[in-house]
Amino acid sequence: MSDHDYKPKSKVGQWFNDRLPLLTLANHLTDYPTPKNLNYWWTFGGILTFCLITQIVTGLTLAMHYIAHADMAFESVEHIMRDVNYGWLIRYIHANGASMFFLAVYIHIFRSLFYGSYKSPREIIWILGIIIYLLMMAAAFMGYVLPWGQMSFWGATVITNLFSAIPLVGEGIVTWLWGGYSVDNPTLTRFFTLHYLIPFLILGLVVLHIWALHVPGNNNPVGIDIKKPSKDTVPFHPYIVIKDGFALLMFMIVFAFFVFYAPNILGHADNYIEANPMVTPAHIVPEWYLLPFYAILRSVPDKLLGVVAMLSAILILAVLPWLDTSKIRSAVFRPLYKQFYWILVADVLILGYVGAMPAEGLYLLIARVATAYYFLHFLVILPILGFKEKTLPVPLSITEPILGGSPNLATARNKESKIE
Amino acid sequence: MKYLFKLFSIIIIIITSNSYSFAAEKVEYIKTEWSFKGLFGKFDRASLQRGYQVYTEVCASCHSMKYLSYRNLAEPGGPEFSEAQAKAIAASFEVTDGPNSDGEMFTRPGKLSDKFVMPYDNVKAAQAANGGAYPPDMSVLVKARGGGVDYIYSLLQGYEEAPSNVSLDDGVYYNKYMYGNKIRMAAPLSDGLVEYGDGTNATVEQMSKDVTTFLMWSAEPHLEARHQMGFKAIVYLIILTVLVYFSMKKIWSRIESEV
Repeated sequence: MSDHDYKPKSKVGQWFNDRLPLLTLANHLTDYPTPKNLNYWWTFGGILTFCLITQIVTGLTLAMHYIAHADMAFESVEHIMRDVNYGWLIRYIHANGASMFFLAVYIHIFRSLFYGSYKSPREIIWILGIIIYLLMMAAAFMGYVLPWGQMSFWGATVITNLFSAIPLVGEGIVTWLWGGYSVDNPTLTRFFTLHYLIPFLILGLVVLHIWALHVPGNNNPVGIDIKKPSKDTVPFHPYIVIKDGFALLMFMIVFAFFVFYAPNILGHADNYIEANPMVTPAHIVPEWYLLPFYAILRSVPDKLLGVVAMLSAILILAVLPWLDTSKIRSAVFRPLYKQFYWILVADVLILGYVGAMPAEGLYLLIARVATAYYFLHFLVILPILGFKEKTLPVPLSITEPILGGSPNLATARNKESKIE
Repeated sequence: MKYLFKLFSIIIIIITSNSYSFAAEKVEYIKTEWSFKGLFGKFDRASLQRGYQVYTEVCASCHSMKYLSYRNLAEPGGPEFSEAQAKAIAASFEVTDGPNSDGEMFTRPGKLSDKFVMPYDNVKAAQAANGGAYPPDMSVLVKARGGGVDYIYSLLQGYEEAPSNVSLDDGVYYNKYMYGNKIRMAAPLSDGLVEYGDGTNATVEQMSKDVTTFLMWSAEPHLEARHQMGFKAIVYLIILTVLVYFSMKKIWSRIESEV
């Protein structure tokens, strides 16, 4: 933040900027020194901003045509699909946009895990990110309820019923959440209200997330502190803007493929059956992005403990900066952590897979082992690893290894290019 | 760049393989060529018109299609009956309207703006007439079944004698593609059941294909527009991506760093 000396060129600009330093802000954002070695995993922050804006814009448009009433919601969605001009496009962008949003956020989170971006001095950025992620899950869950299909209704029933696991007050809380004695019209209208509200909360948190990022600046693949601005950095504009733009376009091609050619592949067929409280679907499954947590929930035989395990699985991430005891940020220089990292990735994918399967037999066993390993990774492996692991020598700057400093640094650089 | 390609392909594989695993049924559906699949997929207009005939002469006696209007039959991307034809179709149905100025409900011939007339007044009436089973509304039926068009197409041809170890109650039929193999709908199609105006031989297979095509359209009336726009959008995005890629290379060439 070295741009306090910025002065607009024009008189009017100066007059305005003295009163509201928006131009200073714009200048800061364009000049913001960014490590020049950021790889494409770093482009997902920009992609996520795009996802959020897309969801808000399409969501606002849908809300103009959608009717939040148990008797009319399903029909109003069909009205959007059939009779609203390009309603099918807007709805498919919104529905698939949620999946794309989660796809991007998971890559963003796992990038952070790999390069140690959650470590000091970036703990607040990380925790804000976890809160955003939690809100995203809430928004996505409530959004899935709005079309009032079978999976909407029964998903809402299952998830809200989780609160009944709370001792003593559980049942009361569930009735209060429902606004009645079952999921019904009052539930739908309040979910709609909250689904409308949460994206704006997320937007506010995103501003804080970026603000907190701009204090220490970006982490980078080498994971070292760098001088800013220096030979190691480039101004955000145009270098990072164009790179983010390029990655965003690639992402949009995938996005467009889903919207135009496979718009329903990520959803569940049962959600095209209007909600019917008298008929329970054979398998109630959440959207794909919630499956790992669903697997954790079902792997615990006790309802209350299952809910606790599921919540802990997310909240444990918030204390990650203190569970990881290693001083080295980037996995590039942590040979052991790198292996455990990939095991964790596999573990989460396995959890996602068994989350989609019926909770019985072998699937249940796998879910239990994978759940246990998930917690083991964060609670045991990470804290111990920081003390036991022999890390590789870390370069002093980003430019140095490229220019071929000491032999050690060259090896480090080679190692890095291998993993990318 | 390489990583990005790798990443996207891995993710797509994971997601698609994951969502396929949702489908619990393990039966192999009967395969057929659908003209509406693929990048440029379009409906076979004649098949849609025949499919409508099968729907209205056979299915519609029990199954409603409440989200469709008669005007849809003349809209681009659908069966594309002429407006006069669609008007005649609409007029062949009796629609309850009202109340009129005397406060009375009355019936009149259907208009283009009317929704498809439903065979029963409500779900209870439908159940009462069908031994307790509700013939589902067909507007989005194709999207509401895991196997989609292949499932519907197979189901219509999947009636056979029940194996000796399966006992069926009265009004229950054996269908090898139905979940649990028991279905409350009697085999709806038989060879020559309808007489196609265009001379096509009305075999069960042909009628199944036509009516399934019609159901796909009724569930996705804008499918053709979607495919056309999708192709344009993706070509546009690819061109733009290539241009931005070279701009990026150019800009980053100013500094000693790889991008």
